[in-house]
Amino acid sequence: MIGRWRRSSETSRHESTVAKRQWFARRRYGFGVRPMTWQGWLITAIAVGGAVGALAGVQKTAGEILLVGVVGLYLALAFSLGGTKRQVVTDSRASGSDDDPELENGAAKVIVPPEIYGTQTPREIAEEIISRSGKFADTAEDGASSDSVIVVSHLTKQFGQRVAFEDVSFNVHRGEVFGFLGPNGAGKTSTVRTLSTLVSPTSGTAQVAGIPLNADRDVEIRHRIAVMTEVPGLYLRLSVTENLAFFAGLYGYRDAQPRIDRALEAVNLSSRASDLCGSLSKGLRQRVGLARALLNDPEIIFLDEPTAGLDPVASLEVHDLIIDLRDKGVTVFLTTHRLDEAEKLCDRVAILNTTLRTVGRIDDLRQRMFHKSILVSTAVPLADPEGLFSSIGSVAGWSTDDTGGYVLTVSDVRVAAPAIARALVAAGADVLSLVEGHHSLEEVYLELVGAGSMGGVR
Amino acid sequence: MSQSAIRIRAVIRKEFQEYRRNRFIIYTMGTLPLIFTALPVITLFSISNTEAPSIVKTQVAITLLLLLVIPVVLPATIAAYSVIGERDQGTLEPLLTTPVTREEFLLGKSLAATIPTVGVAYTFFIVLVVAIRLGASSVVAHQVWQPSWFLAELLFAPLLAAWSVWVGTAISARSSDVRVAQQLGTLASLPALVLPLLMSLQVFKPTAAVAIVIALALAAIDVGAWRIVSKMFDRERLITGASAVTMRAEAGT
Repeated sequence: MIGRWRRSSETSRHESTVAKRQWFARRRYGFGVRPMTWQGWLITAIAVGGAVGALAGVQKTAGEILLVGVVGLYLALAFSLGGTKRQVVTDSRASGSDDDPELENGAAKVIVPPEIYGTQTPREIAEEIISRSGKFADTAEDGASSDSVIVVSHLTKQFGQRVAFEDVSFNVHRGEVFGFLGPNGAGKTSTVRTLSTLVSPTSGTAQVAGIPLNADRDVEIRHRIAVMTEVPGLYLRLSVTENLAFFAGLYGYRDAQPRIDRALEAVNLSSRASDLCGSLSKGLRQRVGLARALLNDPEIIFLDEPTAGLDPVASLEVHDLIIDLRDKGVTVFLTTHRLDEAEKLCDRVAILNTTLRTVGRIDDLRQRMFHKSILVSTAVPLADPEGLFSSIGSVAGWSTDDTGGYVLTVSDVRVAAPAIARALVAAGADVLSLVEGHHSLEEVYLELVGAGSMGGVR
Repeated sequence: MSQSAIRIRAVIRKEFQEYRRNRFIIYTMGTLPLIFTALPVITLFSISNTEAPSIVKTQVAITLLLLLVIPVVLPATIAAYSVIGERDQGTLEPLLTTPVTREEFLLGKSLAATIPTVGVAYTFFIVLVVAIRLGASSVVAHQVWQPSWFLAELLFAPLLAAWSVWVGTAISARSSDVRVAQQLGTLASLPALVLPLLMSLQVFKPTAAVAIVIALALAAIDVGAWRIVSKMFDRERLITGASAVTMRAEAGT
């Protein structure tokens, strides 16, 4: 059973009716936490003036008049605390994240219509699917199972009128590295923040580490997860050990030194334990952030751009660490812009752009998005390629590529390849190579993200 | 809700470590009390035994007022920085992903600001009264060495400091700019001076009973402030700049 987000009593009270919400909004603008409106200042002035005038008229003692004046000033300040600007309220990117806003995630039970496959290009396939369902997801692996440590169902988050992500559904299996990909502003960070209980979803349900995402159980979830934010967020005046000791304390560990030592060893930072974090390079700070995320032996670790700003060697170390974590059974939820990184590390990926474009194994996505193909390269162009290729029964079509080679669309590479080789030899072609076509994750990504924007899907 | 002493201690320890590494905090914590103690000491030391009792009484009252200003003003800027400062340096989000509750976090922050303040206030009070006993005229010493003043200092210093801290923390939890928070925090702490002001104006004399009653009232206010400020601590607003309630209202959900 997936737990539905339970709002606090205060939230529920204000949301019980539209009228109440409107009243609350007016009250906030006029009197509460925003002092910049004329109503707020008027109310404050009336309160202060009234209090001072009334009491000063009754009691003439200097001390009491002074008391009233000071209390009046205090009330004025108290009623005008805050001052958060409206645009800050509605702009999630003001918090410093560059990839909050729109994510889409859908996908629980979307059946990909088989008739879509045929002569269409990958982009056409993607557009067709998105236009039909708004989602494009892995159908075989999408259902929740006992092996799922994150179960997300129709989750939506809005910041004011703006949708950060909408109707997102996916599952993450225990011990896998799950890649979360998308352009800036796709909603990746918002999703991570929602699943790590930092922000509450607008609607939908989710389970994290088997615990319903629920305001009453957020502490329980936070005990079992770790989050490494894009910016490490270290106390620069404290040493590496002091930083980790602080966070170990927040997890409630009494004697944390063994944990700290283990975490530092895991990220190869034991020799810098006494250094102030302010003296470390960006890469080393990132590693301290990773060490911090390992302190509580989390079941699920959320890594938000863990290799951002790292040099290739440091990135490789992080990759090795992620692989180690997976080998130890830790589930890694990896948010990244680096598609090569995702391709190397991730068992499955989700691609988002406010709504979920796809989720699944990378190989499956390739197969779904692109026809199987064989690339043929010859020393000299074929005299009659149309006649040659059309005579091979297992070849569905062909085209030339930028290098003058031939791209043959086939249904089964293992059946077609020998037939093509025989036909080419029989035709006297000087064959340089005959290889199976390979499409990168980047191609899948660009097709899906591009299709969404072209198809008018938000 | 039960609080974890380990987590609260972790917050306090971290704050103290940061104070130690930031010498300006130490310097400012020492400078203001030094001025507030030195000036009245000079004044009181200049009073002779032939001075009119009313003048002596007034001067002593003003001195003790200044001593109670220390716990009010000293922690105001620290408290005002407590939450917005974490956000400003990018440490708030990692911190909030841990199991620490807002009550634990805020209590730790508050104690970390209150404890050194009270320590400084007590220290300077002791220095003052000892100096007066040793060097001031007997009429001054007699006025200062009153149990009621000692009781007032003992009880009011931590409670006024806590009041000031909670006001500053409330501002910090709702502000979007460190500078604004610190300026407002200092201003908003001033009303706490009403109590010592009334004492120095001799509107009431802090007898033992009065002091205890006022202390109980202040303690209740401080505990209430802790709860209220905890409610004001909105994770979502602090992380994204938008409160969940406002967003839902605007989204019409």
